[in-house]
Amino acid sequence: MWSFIHKLGSPPWFFRFSGRVVRWLLPLTLALLVVGAVWGLLVAPADFRQGNSYRIIYIHVPSAVVALAGYYVMALAGAISLIWRIKMADIAMRAAAPVGAALTGIALMTGAIWGKPTWGTWWVWDARITSMLILLFLYLGVVALFEAYDNKVAAARACAVLSLVGTVNIPIIYKSVDWWYSLHQPASIKFTGESAIDASMLYPLLLMITAFYGLFTAAVLMNMRSDLIWHHREASWVRQWAGFK
Amino acid sequence: MSVSDAPPISLLEAFFRQFLRHGKALIASPADLMNPLLFFFMVVTLFPIGLGPDPGRLSQMAPGILWVVALLASLMVSGKLFASDFEDGSLEQLCLAPHPLAILALAEVVAHWLGTGLLLALMSPFFAVLVGLPMQALPVLVVSLLLGSLCLTLIGAVGSALTVSIRRGGLLLSLIIMPLHVPVLIFGSAAVVEATLGGNTLSWLALLGALVLLSLALAPLAIAAALRISLDNG
Repeated sequence: MWSFIHKLGSPPWFFRFSGRVVRWLLPLTLALLVVGAVWGLLVAPADFRQGNSYRIIYIHVPSAVVALAGYYVMALAGAISLIWRIKMADIAMRAAAPVGAALTGIALMTGAIWGKPTWGTWWVWDARITSMLILLFLYLGVVALFEAYDNKVAAARACAVLSLVGTVNIPIIYKSVDWWYSLHQPASIKFTGESAIDASMLYPLLLMITAFYGLFTAAVLMNMRSDLIWHHREASWVRQWAGFK
Repeated sequence: MSVSDAPPISLLEAFFRQFLRHGKALIASPADLMNPLLFFFMVVTLFPIGLGPDPGRLSQMAPGILWVVALLASLMVSGKLFASDFEDGSLEQLCLAPHPLAILALAEVVAHWLGTGLLLALMSPFFAVLVGLPMQALPVLVVSLLLGSLCLTLIGAVGSALTVSIRRGGLLLSLIIMPLHVPVLIFGSAAVVEATLGGNTLSWLALLGALVLLSLALAPLAIAAALRISLDNG
């Protein structure tokens, strides 16, 4: 098993391996997305209180879940690259950042779209939404920091440090925003009510969450592949893959 | 010539030398001490102008206004934290020193805090009067700003260490540090709000204290790593 992990650190080996993975992962993910979307958006029953407008949770919840998980993936990759100086972990961290940021943006926008018919307002400062917004800033900070450095090797290490600092802070931020909201919450209105979810709605949701995880993985792998191709564009294995002699 | 490997001065002495060096530099330029206070003064003035002079509404918003402006002032001064050391090459010498860079950097951060955050916290009652904060909340305001500004300075120092090698890195510093400042802002302003209502502020202040301890323990490590990375960049 360790030799497998060692091999992952080699750009040509990783490129071939990830190519084999993406070849089946991407079609499978797209298939799951289509099935899940049709199931959730069309087949699942309408909600008792919200009618059909609740259906956007089939996009909103998976993107939020994967956005949060993606930050930890990015931070873990950064930690590996800092501790063991593994270049591939560097590349993984950089590949995960824009994907995670985009998913956070999608979560926020679909949340706003959900909020308008349900609560009558595009935006509300409740605990989870505020935490998601801060997560977006954390992601954007990592991306901006990388762009600002001239020396890209130092840039990757700086981003690793920043993601780790953010990781330590995420539980603190989440809990503090929770307490902030309960401190200021108007007593009469409760925006995020807890309600048990029926199985007929739960299964398509789980399917979409799985599909989004697959989408995240495929997107990160494809990002990494294009990064590797660009950085090693003069190498013989790249030229061979591209068809040059 | 001694054959011992021990550094010529002890860690404690190195800490104090760094601390005094930066402390003296701060005192030597009064502008660096006054500017954050003047910034605080002016921005606090902007709020009544923007929100309207109604004293009831102002005093209701006072805890938030004071805390947000303190946060902005802290962001403004954080950018200058390691800049002079970076430019004149003493940062490289610090990295080569036989003492842990984390401790030496901490000395600089503490000296910086004494000249900026501490002053701000002690002067805050004056600004609190401007926005009509109820008198009973003043002690909690000062304590929350004392603890909070130390936290903000430590976190800001991490950002400053990460961006010191970037030209015009001030705005980037604000972007990357702002999310990390949010818990400090939440606990600090909640403590002052609680004080205006006459409630129990101890739990919020204890949480602030916990953040201070966490930052004191972990921030220097991040600062040292970031300083080394910045030296590689520029």
